[in-house]
Amino acid sequence: MPFSLLKYGLKNDYPFENDVDLPSPTELKKHYDVVIIGGGGHGVATAYYLAKYHGITNVAILEKGYLGGGNTARNTAVIRSNYLTSEGVKFYKESVDMFKGLSNEFDFNIMYSSRGQLTLAHTDSTVRSFRQRTEVNTHFGGKTELIDPQQIKELVPTLNMNPADMPILAGLWHIDGATARHDAVAWGYAKGATQRGVELHQLTEVTDVIVENGKATGVKTNRGTVTCGCIVQAVAGHSSIVAAMAGIKMPITTYPLQAMVTQPVKPFLDPLVSSSALHCYVQQTGRGEIVFGGGSDPYPLYNTRSTLDLKESLLASAVEMFPFMTNLKLMRQWAGITDMTSDYSPIMGLSPVENYYLDAGWGTWGFKSTPICGKSMAELVASGGKVPELIAPFSMDRFDEFRQVNEMGATAASH
Amino acid sequence: MKIMNCPLNGPRNISEFVYGGEVKAMPNALTCSDKEWAEYVFYSENTIRVVTEWWFHSPSGYWFIAERHTASDEILKTYDPSELFNKRVEFESAPESAEEKTV
Repeated sequence: MPFSLLKYGLKNDYPFENDVDLPSPTELKKHYDVVIIGGGGHGVATAYYLAKYHGITNVAILEKGYLGGGNTARNTAVIRSNYLTSEGVKFYKESVDMFKGLSNEFDFNIMYSSRGQLTLAHTDSTVRSFRQRTEVNTHFGGKTELIDPQQIKELVPTLNMNPADMPILAGLWHIDGATARHDAVAWGYAKGATQRGVELHQLTEVTDVIVENGKATGVKTNRGTVTCGCIVQAVAGHSSIVAAMAGIKMPITTYPLQAMVTQPVKPFLDPLVSSSALHCYVQQTGRGEIVFGGGSDPYPLYNTRSTLDLKESLLASAVEMFPFMTNLKLMRQWAGITDMTSDYSPIMGLSPVENYYLDAGWGTWGFKSTPICGKSMAELVASGGKVPELIAPFSMDRFDEFRQVNEMGATAASH
Repeated sequence: MKIMNCPLNGPRNISEFVYGGEVKAMPNALTCSDKEWAEYVFYSENTIRVVTEWWFHSPSGYWFIAERHTASDEILKTYDPSELFNKRVEFESAPESAEEKTV
């Protein structure tokens, strides 16, 4: 090995010419079968499954910034399926199962780590809702149990069992709960998609959507106009703004969601721990940092600034849960822009404009659904608009028919 | 700490205030279609610009109107609702249905 290394060191060429992750940028073509607006996890996953399962490769992903640079890089990378409704649990369960195989499928390590997720109950009513969630989850094949304070202590010895004078009564122990490196998920999908012929165009901003006679026929970008067979919108925190270009009004309100991370410490916390009463979830990353997430900001805003108010309230709760953390220093803080729907479920499927498909309203639950959402959206596109059964309950017109899929109680930190 | 100027109490910490949604005209609940009602309840422009919103000063129980930019978070103006709503809003009473009479 040292000799080959020396040989490469003396060479002018980059030794792994054929193994670069992404192909070099090309000119935009005049026409694509499918244009995907947004090069985040969902957009590239949709392209990947279109190419892999449906043989559709004349696809362009148009990304205003860079690959996975938006909410894909800003979420706290929680993977779980312990939701409340059957529609929700069925959908997220598929996703958890798909995550398990992604590293092998990509031949690229997404650092999937199945640690389990523990949600704490401080009131009788929460214990009741946990019972329901346990049953729904078990019914659909998930591994979720209701556990008592003694078991919680054994799982997380450093946890204060009486945080903020709200004794922990029980825990929802979601054994399938996991985490993964969120950037790697986007990179893996992008690599797989581009290898199959999909074009990823970064620094390409869609400035307008061309709609003729109620049909989407193309997009205008900062690099010229492109016609297309259909459009998939997967833009996370800017759904309302991009949809408005196609003349679509959405049932979404956009809020910032802030998170922060401490300096690294020795491993002490295996599961992801959350308490919705304390509006806080805590996890330790593979490199020892502790990630805190909380509720969304109290009012709508398109801005990723951080506030002192949220830091104070979030860290006060975190210190209640793990008192020793008072000595830790914060390293980074950031915010993502989240598109919240009133029922805390996403919007996937058809839109009022023909050939324009929506993948929106991903609020604070977008990362964990990346694989199954990409697969379902690809199915929808490939079939020319036949909505897969799994995502049918999440159509936008559920709001017009007052049949929401209420997942408000199943968020990790109530928003 | 972000400060909001309450028309009743003067400048106060933003944490004392509760956001109450955009100011928009309510359709007549008795005569409008389901779609119109859904539009009113769930849908919104949700775009980047100056919006006129309801805000509530929680400690004093006072509702007022603020004009705020949704990207810069700059609060341009706050004022008493009487500036917009200067006459009494009448809600039509629901017509008595046959069902209700039997109860």
